[in-house]
Amino acid sequence: MSQIIMHAGNIRKSFNIGTENELEVLHGIDIQVHKGEFVSIVGTSGSGKSTFMNILGLLDRPTSGSYELNGIDVSKARDDELSHIRNREIGFVFQTYNLIPRTDALRNVELPMLYARIPEKERRERAEMLLELVGMKERMNHTPDELSGGQKQRVAIARALVNHPSLILADEPTGALDSNTGRIVMDLFHKLHEENGITIVLITHSQELAEETERVVTLKDGVILGERKGQRYAG
Amino acid sequence: MVNGKDRDMLVENIKLCITGLMANKIRTFLTMLGIIIGIAAMIAIMTVSDAMNKSVMDSMGSMGADKIDVFLSQKTYDDSISREIKNKDRFNDDMLGEVQEHFGDRIAGVALSKDIGSSTIEQGKVHANVSLKGLNQTALASENLTMLSGRSISSQDENAVSKVAIVSDKYVDKIFDGDVREALGKEIELPIENKYYTYTIIGVYQYVDSGITAGFSFDDIETNVYIPFSVAQLQVENGDYYEEFSVKAGKGEDPEALCTELQDYINTTYYQDNDTYESYAYSMKESLKQMNSMLSTQRNAFLAIGAIALLVGGIGVMNIMIVSITERTREIGTRKALGATNNDIRLQFIIEAMVICFLGGIIGIITGLLFGMIATRMMGYSGTASIGGILGCVVFSMAFGLFFGYYPANKAARMNPIEALRYE
Repeated sequence: MSQIIMHAGNIRKSFNIGTENELEVLHGIDIQVHKGEFVSIVGTSGSGKSTFMNILGLLDRPTSGSYELNGIDVSKARDDELSHIRNREIGFVFQTYNLIPRTDALRNVELPMLYARIPEKERRERAEMLLELVGMKERMNHTPDELSGGQKQRVAIARALVNHPSLILADEPTGALDSNTGRIVMDLFHKLHEENGITIVLITHSQELAEETERVVTLKDGVILGERKGQRYAG
Repeated sequence: MVNGKDRDMLVENIKLCITGLMANKIRTFLTMLGIIIGIAAMIAIMTVSDAMNKSVMDSMGSMGADKIDVFLSQKTYDDSISREIKNKDRFNDDMLGEVQEHFGDRIAGVALSKDIGSSTIEQGKVHANVSLKGLNQTALASENLTMLSGRSISSQDENAVSKVAIVSDKYVDKIFDGDVREALGKEIELPIENKYYTYTIIGVYQYVDSGITAGFSFDDIETNVYIPFSVAQLQVENGDYYEEFSVKAGKGEDPEALCTELQDYINTTYYQDNDTYESYAYSMKESLKQMNSMLSTQRNAFLAIGAIALLVGGIGVMNIMIVSITERTREIGTRKALGATNNDIRLQFIIEAMVICFLGGIIGIITGLLFGMIATRMMGYSGTASIGGILGCVVFSMAFGLFFGYYPANKAARMNPIEALRYE
């Protein structure tokens, strides 16, 4: 088996700690992701999947548990360190694309490199290269409101990839798209996974999408119910 | 020091911010408006007050900083001992002679004048407002008149008690249609309080706008008709008695010191026994100082008003920044997810506030200079806002951006990324 890129151990998360309403949402989750894997985390709403994704994405901290990303122990990092780690190790793809408005595709893709303090020339070259990879190079000077949903999501994927992250964290990436464009986006993920060896963690409520991934991790009521191979890879 | 990478970030932020501001021109302009008005007011005030300063200082300076005015004054403001001024209270020629003898070279001359009164001279459809004044040679000299034609009043005229007069070019323009040759040698007859005063015009002097007449229409300007003092003395009651006179300080003499001495000498020599009156001397230098401080007080008061406008503008900027940050909550959440640190976010919004204030400041400076120019042109005096003042305004407006941008920027920097991302 290849190198473990992400390892979360016994993750617990409680809200309203110390009050009468204290509520534990995640009850000790263990998960490992290997380099180059395409994993999906499936769960209905209320399963704790959003909370878990926030922790995996370093946007939130677990109440207890260990979390290692690309060999870095991130459980004790300060806020600014978390920003830097997010910047370098995680590429986010959101359901609502979250491109910066009034800013063209090229600059959107450059943004994570700006925060990584990468020089302008290199930023430009790399952004153009990635926009080409997702098939958006000819529209790189368009602002988000001039792009369709599928196009926006492709720009967002290019943006997620620019800093060579350890993994792509995709939260319902096809949730706002019609089935045809959703298909295009999923195919892009498969291409990135198969041809470029990108590690992808897909968070979704859709069993159908999850079946397309190598490994399906099912989350329910804050615990992992089980793991299995996706149908696409089962045969 | 700012290193290359941070400078890159700064430049990117400024570019980003300008793109954002251009995308929302009307709101950007409205945000800037407060700053524009505030800075424009400051610059216009500086320009106008500079012009006013010059105008007042010029007209007062031309009267001479070495001039000391002496006049009669009541010993106290107690009404019970107040009474009318009698001739025995007034200054007279004997006194003045003794004063000149006592101070010798320390006094360059004594200026005496008599105002006979104002009058309107009509000639067909036109009229000219004049004021008739008798001046002795010292007083005439301190008027600093520029003769355009003919000659000025001489000491011979003074001694011979000649009924001659010099008039202004403005007077000639009105009554003689600007023909100076026509005016010279002509008689001027002034009706004042049912009496007629007639003199021969021997010279024309150039009228100088004192700046105090600013705003009056050209037609209503009153100009002086000067006659020899000796003539004026004969034509008014109590011509040999004076309620005031001026002294020109001798060379190298400190007017302020002389002023005090002069007053002390006159009071101890002539007014010790006077029950009500004494002399009061005051030097132009002192009043220049007073005028200066008055003008600067006035300027500061105006500047304070400008500063309030600027403050309101600054609060406006802060307000819009807060609105803008709320609107862009998701964007902030996204930026944080992509790796922006709190400092990156803070910097972005502080720069935005500073750019708004800077641009507003520049527009304000241009507007202010324009208004200042129009206003000073109307006053007839040129004034300029100092380069220091302009730079001060630029720095001030950017400091404003920093000050009023910090709170909203900090608010943005401290947003929780999860909540920010979820914000609808």
